Amino acid sequence: MSTTKDMSINVHHLTRVEGHGDIVVNIKDGVVEEAKFHVVESPRFFEAFVRGRHFTETAWITCRICGICSPGHQITSLKTTESALGIEITEQTRLLRELLIDGATLQSHILHVYFLVAPDLFGASSVIPLAETNPDVVKRALRLKNLANDICEIVNGNAVHGMRMVPGWVTKLPTVSELKSLRERMVEALKDLDATVETIKAVADKIPDFTRETEYISLRSKDDFAFYDGDIFSSDTGATPVDNYLEMTNEKVVRHSTAKHTHHSRSSYMVGALARCNNNEDRLNEAGQKAAKAFGFKAPVYNPYFNSVAQVIECAHVVQHGIETIDKLLGRGLKEEPKPNIKPKAGRGIGSTEVPRGILFHDYTYDDNGIVVDANCIIPTNQNFANIDDDMNEFVPKMLDMDWDKDKITLALEMLVRAYDPCISCSVHYLNVSFKD
Amino acid sequence: MKPKVAFFDFTGCEGCQLQKLNCENELLDILQHVEIVNFREATSVRRDDYDIAFVEGSISTPKDVNRIQEIRKNAKILVTLGACASTGGLNKLKNFQPLNEVREYVYGDKAGYFDTLPVMAVDEVVRVDYKIHGCPMDKKDFMNILKALVMGSKPYTPDFPVCVECKRKGNVCRYELGEICLGPITRAGCDARCPSNNVGCTGCRGLAENPNVKEATEVMEKYGLKRDDILRRYRLFYGYWQEVTR
Repeated sequence: MSTTKDMSINVHHLTRVEGHGDIVVNIKDGVVEEAKFHVVESPRFFEAFVRGRHFTETAWITCRICGICSPGHQITSLKTTESALGIEITEQTRLLRELLIDGATLQSHILHVYFLVAPDLFGASSVIPLAETNPDVVKRALRLKNLANDICEIVNGNAVHGMRMVPGWVTKLPTVSELKSLRERMVEALKDLDATVETIKAVADKIPDFTRETEYISLRSKDDFAFYDGDIFSSDTGATPVDNYLEMTNEKVVRHSTAKHTHHSRSSYMVGALARCNNNEDRLNEAGQKAAKAFGFKAPVYNPYFNSVAQVIECAHVVQHGIETIDKLLGRGLKEEPKPNIKPKAGRGIGSTEVPRGILFHDYTYDDNGIVVDANCIIPTNQNFANIDDDMNEFVPKMLDMDWDKDKITLALEMLVRAYDPCISCSVHYLNVSFKD
Repeated sequence: MKPKVAFFDFTGCEGCQLQKLNCENELLDILQHVEIVNFREATSVRRDDYDIAFVEGSISTPKDVNRIQEIRKNAKILVTLGACASTGGLNKLKNFQPLNEVREYVYGDKAGYFDTLPVMAVDEVVRVDYKIHGCPMDKKDFMNILKALVMGSKPYTPDFPVCVECKRKGNVCRYELGEICLGPITRAGCDARCPSNNVGCTGCRGLAENPNVKEATEVMEKYGLKRDDILRRYRLFYGYWQEVTR
């Protein structure tokens, strides 16, 4: 029986996640004394060093919080600056930004599902041996990733840290032929995504059977499956405007993590693809719904491991959304628009976007000269850390009851952390000014 | 025998690691010619018997210092990937503010929980054999250096300024449009990517060889740009070069 069991698990620098984190579990006499995910990434202090910078530079700096989430930070940053300075954007600019978000979401989800999660489901150490055992799967993954990067590059000038999106403007437009060729590839990609659904379904029995209901927080809008814009929506308390984000997030510093933790109506909440699909399932487009149906996904789903499944559903959704966005851009005709003449003024702006890992908030205050005097960023991964700890604390005793050995428990916990797709680089880059008070 | 290759990341955004994975068309071929023995982001295999270590990110904590010294001991060749590792990059912005103040601003009265040092490029701590510049690094630079190392030849890094590539592309000079551009003093190799996208060079590859910073500053001032704004732009990615930025 498990009641007399002692066990100590310490996974140092967990592999196949973005950034540095350790899993630490201590069990004494069959009782879990500690089950935590320690974030040991070096702190980077972005909010401190964005102070004193000009509004034209803020997005250049904050997009470098994370290479994978770069377009998400970039667009959130621009929306925040535009809200502070009262800058309007044109419909064309908004459509191009939405297309960029589609590409960035596909990029990040494909990387996560195929390169970081799939090896566990196939019982491999990485995608490298899979290249020999399942070459078609790996080639399909590379094809999808390549398309996603090309969307970002064609819209934003570079796949990572693109430069075309600036406050109030897009410095250079894609060409009609570039967009047409992307569209053709995206139509083909829908078939690759059908195959992706089948591939993951075939190994879905390897996904641990663990459910824990929690609070799910995401954007929600009345028009669409909210990525670019919307209100904050909690599965516990409903909708609230983005300006109230501090009441939703309640960041605090904890000793075992250079990333801050958050909570709202319970001790923890979840953000990301599963939270979005749980809150916005009714807003999925046809391709998204088809994928959800194929998986038998019906909101609400309380198994955190299903975050990866929700990501595949979203891949189908964003590819169809991207095709429709290109049709709108081509339908109205691409037009060179004049560079806006922006006059700096003092003010505070708050911006929020759904980025691959969940809801992201930026909050800047500018002075009369358009120089940042205060900044705050709350990153999706931080918002998930407390939820990961709560999952572990509930799941580990169940594993002990089932008499799982140390290897099996360790693997299940590694898979749990990976399922959240933590972006640890992102998570250690903020600060909350209110802690000084 | 295939050379054994390892990838390590320190303080940074992992965008350069991503650029590597973005070589979708070449990845499967690369695996024919090297053996990857350590790449935390992509595989759970971890060994320390590598020939070539690729290092991303800056050195910014006491633990980082120990870890990079270990890697240097194990590796025959050490290559830095991207601005954070090669010059300290954007992370060096932190060094312009007092360290304690930065920590308190971010972590409040819990600042003492977390160690941090002034940000250093990798070559401020250990010897570096080759550097790939840029934020992010360019896929093409990575492929070139990898090919050269596998073939046993010496990789080539341009040392002339971005202006050379920009002129070749026939771009209108950003100065004529009243914008700051660091093309005259920044190391080339990006094919003038930012100016070609109608954005002035931000200097992400660091300084070119023998940059005439004084002259570049004066030229920008002649075009009506303000010294404070120019200096602020220098600090974005030239934080490692004190004469320019302090």
